Amino acid sequence: MDALQLLVSGLANGCVYGLIAMGFVLIYKATEAVNFAQGDMMMLGAFVALGLTNEHYAHLPFVVAVPLTILIMAAVGYLMDAVLLRRTFGQSQIAVVILTIAIGFVFRFVAGVIWGHEPQSLESPLAGRDIRFGGVVLGLDEVFVIVVTIALTVGMYFFFARTKMGVAMQASSQNQMAAYYMGIPVKRVHSLVWALSGAVAAIAGILFASKGSIDPATGFLGIKAFAAAVIGGLGSLPGALLGGIIIGLVEPFSARYLGGDLARLMPYLILVLILVFRPHGILSQVQAKKV
Amino acid sequence: MSEPILRVDNLESYYGPVMAIRGVSVEVHEGQIVTVLGANGAGKTTLLKTISGIMDPEKGTIHLEGESIQGMEPDQIVRRGVIHVPEGREVFPLLSVEENLLMGAYTRNDKAGVRNDLEMVYGYFPILKDKARQAAGTLSGGQQQMLAIGRGLLAKPKVMLLDEPSLGLSPLLVKEIFTIIKRLNTEQGVTMMLVEQNAKVALDTAHHGYVMEIGRIVMNDKAPVLAASKDIQEFYLGVQEAGERTQKRWKKRKTWR
Repeated sequence: MDALQLLVSGLANGCVYGLIAMGFVLIYKATEAVNFAQGDMMMLGAFVALGLTNEHYAHLPFVVAVPLTILIMAAVGYLMDAVLLRRTFGQSQIAVVILTIAIGFVFRFVAGVIWGHEPQSLESPLAGRDIRFGGVVLGLDEVFVIVVTIALTVGMYFFFARTKMGVAMQASSQNQMAAYYMGIPVKRVHSLVWALSGAVAAIAGILFASKGSIDPATGFLGIKAFAAAVIGGLGSLPGALLGGIIIGLVEPFSARYLGGDLARLMPYLILVLILVFRPHGILSQVQAKKV
Repeated sequence: MSEPILRVDNLESYYGPVMAIRGVSVEVHEGQIVTVLGANGAGKTTLLKTISGIMDPEKGTIHLEGESIQGMEPDQIVRRGVIHVPEGREVFPLLSVEENLLMGAYTRNDKAGVRNDLEMVYGYFPILKDKARQAAGTLSGGQQQMLAIGRGLLAKPKVMLLDEPSLGLSPLLVKEIFTIIKRLNTEQGVTMMLVEQNAKVALDTAHHGYVMEIGRIVMNDKAPVLAASKDIQEFYLGVQEAGERTQKRWKKRKTWR
């Protein structure tokens, strides 16, 4: 039964990593840039939710705070692209990467100024409740994380496969020039991808914060999520989720059976092994880069 | 003659510091196929890119139905009815054939009309219907060219800009594609501006022709007249006359500009 609880909490962690990794992948696919502020966007999303719903701050009902947070973070993502990143168009990748790292610092600083550097927890209606069946006790928050992630993944699948905007996003990532020729407003599509990845980061942040405490340095989780994205195959959304879940599962099990120090090393050890033996990641779309 | 649907006046465009087209004027009338011939680097593709808004002109005007469209964003120009079928096909490789076609209709909101046009395109290119669910990247070159043309048709264009549809295709396929281009023009009334290096097939298909060289229009006449002219025969159709010096005749004249 112990293993089952480890499995569920590992899955829940992995889902959060997977969601942040999806944010990386969304932006990488659309714009070929890596957004190193993705983890900090997650952290900011968590703090915005906390600021909106906690008694000490705005004290809005949780069900109001969540959609509001998602909207705010989508707007933050959209503006990051429309105001800052669009201006680096034509610059080298390094410029974009440095810019996103800098934006990450700014987010951390802003969060610290507004909400302080002490760890805080989100007052979520899910926190601290259990569900039991048989002899198994599972945290409601953890089950919730898994359910939401599955729902979001299915939703994203339908968005990309069935809606005009979703297909247009795929089209502009596969052949940007042709997208221009077809009258797809590529720049706006890019900004919308950033908005989507902001929204996903907000959901990841809310889910993460409802499982434990957060502080402005929580954004460094983004590094682990980036490893997850690379393990899964940077450029594949299912791969991102898979990579996240692998890391999420490996951590608690190796902590239990191999000890804490080795457990902290494991995600990166897997990353190194993947990069050596399958450099495009587990679920890569190599043919996408052929053209 | 009536006012042309597309009128380009004294257009100048640069690639960085290089002037790629130098004061080009072209007219396309509704229902016509107008071809622009020329060798590599003559500026034909630049001309099309400037019309479709991918590049901004330095000088000159482009009018579509009397409205000036130069310097607009590509999506606005597509919305006004100019679609560009690019050189080298440029399909979306991982999208299905049908999704590719529907991306051509991105700027349209009339679902029923798009459905009709999709069936129309499938009527002209039955192979695309057979492969509707297949990823476009798996099609052959000729099929991708058909897909690129079909995708352009789905924008319901007032003017379709076709950039070298014959590029890299076998003579048989070139013939097949140009037969369909001609049918689209006569049966569907699609107005086209056709850029080609393959002068023979282009002049057989088109009503009117222009010849471009190093960024300028050097000849301009009805297609049969051009096809009969000595210069074209020599330099584009490969007809050699014994004893003739290989000097382009328009270069001997002082007034060609």
